[in-house]
Amino acid sequence: MGFKRKHLIGLEDATPEEIETYLNTAESFKSIFDRKIKKVPALRGRTVINLFFENSTRTRTSFELAAKRLSADVINFSVSTSSVSKGETLIDTAKTIEALESDMIVVRHSCSGVPLLLTKTLKSGIVNAGDGMHEHPTQGLLDLFTIREKKKKIKGLKIVMVGDIAHSRVARSNIYGMTKMGADLTLVAPPTLLPKDIENLGVKVDHDLRKAVKGADVVYMLRIQLERQKRNLFPSIREFSTLYGMDEDKLKLANKDAIVMHPGPMNRGVEISSEVADSEQSVICEQVTNGIAVRMAVLYLLAGGETNEIASLSGQGN
Amino acid sequence: MSKKIMDKDGLGKTLARLAHEVIEKNDNLDEIALVGIRSRGDLIAMRIAARVKEISGKSIPVGAIDITFYRDDVGLKIAKDAQPTDVKFSIDGKNIILVDDVLYTGRSTRAAIDALLDIGRPKTIQLLVLIDRGHKQLPIHADYVGKNIPTSFKEIVEIKMQEMDGEDSITIT
Repeated sequence: MGFKRKHLIGLEDATPEEIETYLNTAESFKSIFDRKIKKVPALRGRTVINLFFENSTRTRTSFELAAKRLSADVINFSVSTSSVSKGETLIDTAKTIEALESDMIVVRHSCSGVPLLLTKTLKSGIVNAGDGMHEHPTQGLLDLFTIREKKKKIKGLKIVMVGDIAHSRVARSNIYGMTKMGADLTLVAPPTLLPKDIENLGVKVDHDLRKAVKGADVVYMLRIQLERQKRNLFPSIREFSTLYGMDEDKLKLANKDAIVMHPGPMNRGVEISSEVADSEQSVICEQVTNGIAVRMAVLYLLAGGETNEIASLSGQGN
Repeated sequence: MSKKIMDKDGLGKTLARLAHEVIEKNDNLDEIALVGIRSRGDLIAMRIAARVKEISGKSIPVGAIDITFYRDDVGLKIAKDAQPTDVKFSIDGKNIILVDDVLYTGRSTRAAIDALLDIGRPKTIQLLVLIDRGHKQLPIHADYVGKNIPTSFKEIVEIKMQEMDGEDSITIT
């Protein structure tokens, strides 16, 4: 199948066929990880710029390694060392970056919509590496990749996603991705951490983890941001952990061969117990490795894309 | 307008001849391995290995490489689904026979050589192609040729293999 897109803003308007192409291409890239020379010349001579307005070590490192394994040249540009702190506007910063002759820009920003805005001002291909509470599409893809690798399919799997759905861009991308690929997804969280009417996205909602986790094939734990507790979105960390944290006891209710996922960084003892995080069922470290392969696939496929077709933000997608 | 160059029978005979040539040119069959370029080069490689086994009794390792990521035209062409490279044996010190369906510009062969060298360090690399259609753009030469078919730029050589396309045939359109 041909690949026409030049930007990856979100999985909201991605078609199942596109997602399939990302995952298949990632599988090819993963096969080179076992070699002595973990590098292919696919993007030789291209310049990829990691433009990070928000702190991130793992995502940035993963994108950097992905670009390097494709033989692209990579520059990291982070806010703390940039002129943003000197008062430059977002667009000016981005234009300056592009004037360095970049082919692709990987953007992370604390405001939703920044990557989309940049597609309208810049000529480079834009990859969203996480924008505010909107989407984190490469995380969504790497999670789908990991599930497919472990379970050999996605369609029909029972997945429970637990934790702070409301503030999570990881959850958003995964909801779009998993439902498009035909998974049976249930979101589990206290009502304060769930957006209203989220059922409209084709998911089930439950507030009782013990009930929801029964028979699950995949248990996806989200990071709880501890600062949320100060805003009284849940009474106490301990109560949250008791009701919504994944421990050995609750995991026993899931299918025997269920896998446990987490996008990291983990709060051990809050949303996930150490026993579960380090168990045989945990695929958390594999998610990180797969992230490189998936980001290689994304950079590679978008570099070959021609059209300016971009993700739409408000329900125009299918 | 399309012209049939080879049918099932013709293809079978050509592959048998190529297998004989491989045996003739390589004194020590234990040192050789076939690596086919996806897609179809890998199928041709498997068929030749089967023939070699029939004739000599020796099993030659067969691998498949995907050269998508080694091409020099990313962005010129729409990227297609790449399949994983699958070479399960060490190619270090081996005489590798690279197998492709059609030799045209020579650019796929160049990409395949680069891909092979990233996997290991073969002693030699030889090239086997089913069809040599001319119009090379690089100084690349095939050591074994199934059939030379002079073509024009506009023509398309289409190779069908039973395993993939349901029939064995070669046509020019």
